[in-house]
Amino acid sequence: MKIRRAQQFVKYSDQPVMLKLKRGQLAALSIAAVVIIVGVPLWWRTTETYRAWLPVSQIKELAKLQLHLSADVEVVFARGTVTPEQQKKVPLTQTQNMEHRVDEDTALSYRYETRYRTATIMEEDALNQPTAAEADLSLHTLSESPSGSLVVYVIPESSSLLPQNVDVYIGQRRTALLRIGSQMRVGKTLEQLLAHMEPRIKQVLHVMSFSHTDITAALSNRVRISPGNKESIADSMRAFKSSPGYEITFSLLNPDPKSHRLHWDIEGAVETYIQPLLTKLSPVANFSIDSQTLYYAMLGVNPRFDSSRSTYTLNADSLAHVINPVEARLGSNAASSNPVLNFLLYIPDAHHSPLYIHDHKKQQVPTNAFHSPRWGGIMIIRQCWVYNVNEFYEVDTVFPVDINIDMAKVMGVFLAQLRLLLGVQSSTPPPGFLVAPCGNAGLADWELDRLMWSRSVENIATATTTITSLAQLLDQIGNIVINDNIAQQVSSAVTSLQLAVSELEAGNLGFALQYSKEAILSSERAFFDPSLLHLLYFPDDQKFAIYIPLFLPMCVPILLSLLKIVSEARQKHREKKPKKD
Amino acid sequence: YINIYSGHTNNWAVLVCTSRFWFNYRHVANTLSVYRSVKRLGIPDSHIVLMLADDMACNHRNPKPATVFSHKNMELNVYGDDVEVDYRGYEVTVENFLRILTGRLPPSTPRSKRLLSDDRSNILIYLTGHGGNGFLKFQDSEEISNVELADAFEQMWQKRRYNELLFIIDTCQGASMYERFYSPNLMALASSQVGEDSLSHQPDLAIGVHLMDRYTFYLLEFLEDIHPASKTNMNDLFKVCPKSQCVSTPGHRTDLFLRDPGSVLITDFFGSVRKVELTMETINLTDPIEQLESGELQKEMHTYADQLPVSEIIHQKPKQKDWHPPDGFILGLWTLILLVFFQTYGVKHLKHIF
Repeated sequence: MKIRRAQQFVKYSDQPVMLKLKRGQLAALSIAAVVIIVGVPLWWRTTETYRAWLPVSQIKELAKLQLHLSADVEVVFARGTVTPEQQKKVPLTQTQNMEHRVDEDTALSYRYETRYRTATIMEEDALNQPTAAEADLSLHTLSESPSGSLVVYVIPESSSLLPQNVDVYIGQRRTALLRIGSQMRVGKTLEQLLAHMEPRIKQVLHVMSFSHTDITAALSNRVRISPGNKESIADSMRAFKSSPGYEITFSLLNPDPKSHRLHWDIEGAVETYIQPLLTKLSPVANFSIDSQTLYYAMLGVNPRFDSSRSTYTLNADSLAHVINPVEARLGSNAASSNPVLNFLLYIPDAHHSPLYIHDHKKQQVPTNAFHSPRWGGIMIIRQCWVYNVNEFYEVDTVFPVDINIDMAKVMGVFLAQLRLLLGVQSSTPPPGFLVAPCGNAGLADWELDRLMWSRSVENIATATTTITSLAQLLDQIGNIVINDNIAQQVSSAVTSLQLAVSELEAGNLGFALQYSKEAILSSERAFFDPSLLHLLYFPDDQKFAIYIPLFLPMCVPILLSLLKIVSEARQKHREKKPKKD
Repeated sequence: YINIYSGHTNNWAVLVCTSRFWFNYRHVANTLSVYRSVKRLGIPDSHIVLMLADDMACNHRNPKPATVFSHKNMELNVYGDDVEVDYRGYEVTVENFLRILTGRLPPSTPRSKRLLSDDRSNILIYLTGHGGNGFLKFQDSEEISNVELADAFEQMWQKRRYNELLFIIDTCQGASMYERFYSPNLMALASSQVGEDSLSHQPDLAIGVHLMDRYTFYLLEFLEDIHPASKTNMNDLFKVCPKSQCVSTPGHRTDLFLRDPGSVLITDFFGSVRKVELTMETINLTDPIEQLESGELQKEMHTYADQLPVSEIIHQKPKQKDWHPPDGFILGLWTLILLVFFQTYGVKHLKHIF
């Protein structure tokens, strides 16, 4: 039994040398094969980062932004403005194109499609109203122009709708009234008439529809524009940037609750005065409103007593230091990251009443209010807007005094400030223009159109910049993992952008704004995704330091044995050669 | 064109102290003194992101608990009673710092922990701690390199998250951290050049540690003279702490900044001077206020969730511990003992056991 068992096991050292060598070679070759065929691909795949596919080519196309904006204008001639001869050539359509190249990546083109026609009988009746405002109202009941379009009614010189020195009246909706000179001065042919009217119509378009300065200002995220003068810097800084939502906070500051007990019907006032504006602005952004009362909140600046008027005054220069001490106490909604607009109403304490703001020329500011760009507004209550005023200066007044605030006046000022901060306000109109007051909604239709134009362009510009820089970033840093949800957000942003640009070209303002908002949301979500953080910066020497201790001890024996095999094979080949010869 | 107007409407500050442990008291005092100056000059807490390990004031070794002093003889307590620390303890990490800068925070992050700046914000970033050539050490366990910082600033610029940015760093070899910046509108100051160490100022014998670093000590002295309406400009800030006082050579970098430093006010970054405009218009509102019926208003009644049901806690019985089978170590030990036993005495003894 023992002997048989012993025969089975031959010692390794007794085996013939060739067998040993061959076994050794086979071992080295097979190890090398496993390392190269299995090991290297395995290492490559396991150290690879997952990067989902991004539509890079489409993003590159979007980087070269070409925006086409088009507006439809209808020019209606009332009776007495055109001769029967000229009337034969009407109706007529003209198209005007203007191209602007802002910089190497951005180009704008404006298209105005103007249709000329004569007025219908109902429109003539509407134009016979005594005042321009009533004419505007009755014209509006006849037809409603879609978003982004304009109607200009041309009225003869003899018309009494407009006052003497006013040539153009801009209504609350999308209509304007233009008065032209008598037919003698204007000219016989239709071409001369149109040529005479063109500068005026251009001015109307500039005021009521998009203008080149507004659109280039909206592109400021994308293009480094050198600001012209102090006013244009101030204009560009004042309005909030486009955001999907805003928070509005109304605060009542009562520094002296021992003397004053304040009553303000904020809920009713917001519902009646502010909410119509916000409802009208709902295609642009969502708004959330809240209100609070702060007690013992001081202004932080000591007012000076003006003995000539026996009032306390605040200088315009000291207003900048009012905001900071108050802001620390205002608070905001912790859950949202939307920009906040603060509107503060300050009731001066009994020892500093009445308090007025003086401008640089020492004149009282009629509204007694000031606003800070991209922050909000502060108003100091005026005595005449408060009831129960007479009891202030009597000796035997019982403190605290009940004060009821006239919310209509207060909200009038806040509404004006809100319009400024949201970017609704336009520049001063040219001479000879009369702009109708914006009415109870707080916003004229054409103002809404202007806002929608600039917001669409701003959203498209911002979204394209975001997507392009994200693609560039992901390309540059190979270590960032691109998850599927990010790729999906990017794709949807690209799709929305393409749709927005095409809708803008077609002139559908509402759809363009909606798609541009979707594009902004997707691109922001993709850019600010928490998983896109590139934390690992490996300089090359650190990479070597990690891999060398792992791979070098393994690779050196394999390489050496391979080299040995190759040199032996070559030797054998050389030995065989003389035999063959 | 030469633009001398700053063009900013709001100010933010990100103040980071990257060290922990008692012997790094001076770094916390540095950061808190800058925090204090920045608050005094007008930036509200909602616009300051303060990252501290916050283990000084209530440290067991602090002879005066709830205080952090910056001058010896305990002259100035910079901890105060209205410090708002946004990231404390182990939350001060490189990842969180980069997340704040780039804005890539998880959606559950509250507003106070975010940097909600826009394209008209001037941001002040102050870093202090232990650093080296090209890196800054965070909490003794990780580092941030100057390349990562430069990339983070570039991403901020791509998204227009700042108008102008002032970067101040008070560490050893601090100038290496701003070498790699390449985004526009960045101005940087450091307390020492590459190869130099930033030194601490003075120890307090009662507390037992160094209270402040030299650069920040003289920076604080300089800032104490600034008030919200002062017109001091950046050229004066560059002169703070010359080599005679600081022993190291402070450095600065302004080549990426568009405006001339002489026209940049200190309060453009350290304070918060608002621009105001007088409101000249008002809208004539004539409708009377609609009287809402009280029934239309839906008032939500809020109640506090019962977080600590005290009655349950008082009457709780101790929980029965579930039986667990013996864990691996005991099993292994017994296996070893059995194996040794059978090896020694042979397998034939198995029949005596089973």
